[in-house]
Amino acid sequence: MTNEQLLYLILLLPLAGAAINGIFGKNLSEKLIGTIGTLMVAIPFLTAASIFASFDNPIHVHAFTMLEMDTFRLDAGFKIDSLSLWMTMIITGIGSLIHIFSIGYMHDDKGFYKFFTYLNLFVFSMLILVLGDNYMMLFFGWEGVGVCSFLLIGFHYADKIKGMENSLAARKAFIMNRIGDLGLLVACFLLLGKFGTLNYDQIGIATILGEFQKDSVFMISVTLSLFLAATGKSAQIPLFTWLPDAMAGPTPVSALIHAATMVTAGIYLTIRSNFLFELAPFTQHIILFIGLATALVAAFIAMKQNDIKKVLAYSTVSQLGFMFVALGLGAYTVALFHVTTHAFFKALLFLGSGSVIHANHHEQDITKMGGLKKYMPTTHLVFLIGTLAISGFPFLSGFFSKDEIFAAAFGHGYLVFGLMVLAAAMTTTYMFRMYFLVFHGTFRGDSHTEKHLHESGSLMTLPLIVLAILSVIGGALNLPSFLAGDHAHWMNHFLEETTLGLALVHPHHLEDGTAIGIMIGTTLITLSLIFWAYSVYAKTNYPISKEQQFKGWAEWSSNKLYLDELYNALFVKPTEFISARLLMIVEKNLLYDSILKLTSGIQIGGNQVRKIQTGMLSNYLYFMILGVILFVGYSLYYFKFWNY
Amino acid sequence: MMPALISHAEFSKDFYLFLCPILFTIGAVGLMIRKNMIVMLMCIELMLNSVNLLMVSFANFFGQGDAHIFVFFIVVVAAAEATVGLSIILMAFRNLRSIDVDMFKKLKN
Repeated sequence: MTNEQLLYLILLLPLAGAAINGIFGKNLSEKLIGTIGTLMVAIPFLTAASIFASFDNPIHVHAFTMLEMDTFRLDAGFKIDSLSLWMTMIITGIGSLIHIFSIGYMHDDKGFYKFFTYLNLFVFSMLILVLGDNYMMLFFGWEGVGVCSFLLIGFHYADKIKGMENSLAARKAFIMNRIGDLGLLVACFLLLGKFGTLNYDQIGIATILGEFQKDSVFMISVTLSLFLAATGKSAQIPLFTWLPDAMAGPTPVSALIHAATMVTAGIYLTIRSNFLFELAPFTQHIILFIGLATALVAAFIAMKQNDIKKVLAYSTVSQLGFMFVALGLGAYTVALFHVTTHAFFKALLFLGSGSVIHANHHEQDITKMGGLKKYMPTTHLVFLIGTLAISGFPFLSGFFSKDEIFAAAFGHGYLVFGLMVLAAAMTTTYMFRMYFLVFHGTFRGDSHTEKHLHESGSLMTLPLIVLAILSVIGGALNLPSFLAGDHAHWMNHFLEETTLGLALVHPHHLEDGTAIGIMIGTTLITLSLIFWAYSVYAKTNYPISKEQQFKGWAEWSSNKLYLDELYNALFVKPTEFISARLLMIVEKNLLYDSILKLTSGIQIGGNQVRKIQTGMLSNYLYFMILGVILFVGYSLYYFKFWNY
Repeated sequence: MMPALISHAEFSKDFYLFLCPILFTIGAVGLMIRKNMIVMLMCIELMLNSVNLLMVSFANFFGQGDAHIFVFFIVVVAAAEATVGLSIILMAFRNLRSIDVDMFKKLKN
């Protein structure tokens, strides 16, 4: 098959899967639905891998023209370059593992077929997002994943206890994302106005070859709008509060959408638009500091959360902050490297937490778990690997990707570097607090749950094992030069070769000695924190009551820095206030009353006109003849009969 | 200009032009003000025949026979209409013992 056909295969199979499961799913068996759903994502993965194996030049496919005008045209075109190919492989690869996991996790759920429909639809939208060759296609996918995210967060909207909460979380995610989408639209309009096209290549070549002034008003407004879009989708300050709430969705959703793929769309957007950001150093500084603030704030909040998924959610926000720090430093390939490794270990951690939650009868509070090591050996092992990887334990994937970010930050300045190390140290602390509370010590839940603790089935553990292996070896994609010599930074080179603009950016590379020094330093911090966490949290009978009495900083952490309350007071309450006034004045007084008056007026008029209908035949005849006379008279007058 | 063939010294187009509308108006007014259904039927006949008369006079005036065809049709229709109308009146009288047209007021509600 030609590459063009392969591209359509990648794109359309998930859509076909969604259509089949959505239309016929109600009558199919769970096994069949799960198989269809998984295959429709796994086959595109294999296809993408086959393209990857023989990839040398970017592939362009022009599907059709969406809109053609005198001044501009919008094409539905696709482009496979190293960046989109890499993203496609992450999405479909991690996606198929999570689909397999979902077959076990969603077993016996009433909406089983709906779940797989939405998941496949999500994969389709996400593929449109990364494979499109212009900002319009990106916008299409961007909205598509937003809708799927909304549907999946509120998946259990009919639940008796948590239904309302789930729907509210879905709504919150949707509305917060709309704010970001506004930024994307504004950026599209600005670009369209300036360049007359939304095509990446055309805009990229125009900006690279054109003599654009750095930090011009146009460049700053475009990049800030794009970054606003990225903060919405990728959960950065100030729009990050939706992501922890999004954990209301089923756990595989959290793993696929809210950790591994969708939330990295903002990073993809920034890497894709690197040629614009390079011309706006002002925006890059903002990205750097927003990313840094997000990494610190989210890590701080994660320290004292007791919901296993909330910890992971804040950890995701924090790690996304790391990626934005890399983007702000111009280290685009490093950011994508961290996206990749993060996708591995965060999907692993989320699926692992799903396995734990499944075993604990959907209990998510880590203070009610403990000692799960002996009940769930496989989950324990993979969870430990994931925790080590995210903490940056030497030679696991997270170690290398974080180290690249540290190196970039070190080149920028000691303050940024120091704060990054602090954020990473907090990461280690909260991750191991959670790990020890869940898997070590004694079980603190009720005896009924304890009796039913069990290891999850092979459908659930198999993806976990695959992801664990990837989390261990993922760092090999981008080894530093003193470990791999000439083959170092394979991923950087791969991306730079065909992704427009990346070859022109030269991030700071450190001397081998400094790099090794940073590695040793961070490793020592990580190891000492692990031992500290072990000594505090892994005790056999850890006094959990102490864990629930928060004082000082812990109170702020456990209450999420009161950010939700702040947003409520700043935005939600005023909006509600204005809405209530509008309801009273416009709706009740103006609209409702005037419509009431209108209807009653029509009624009264109707009653009056009704009196003409007397029922007397002679009256009707009278009106009929009157009408005829008028009609004839008018015709005589109009056609001027008297002239003849 | 008058065609020679059908010219009559005493034929006056104006006479019929006044007579026919008067007859028609008498019929129409009668239809409106009378309550007796038989009289109303007669008024309708009067209106139809006033038109017939006008047609015939014009046919005579222009010396063309087209209008006669219409007259025949109208006569046929009038005959049929009289048959149907009279039978309705007959049935109404049998059932209601009245041929007052205002009895149809009952249909109103």
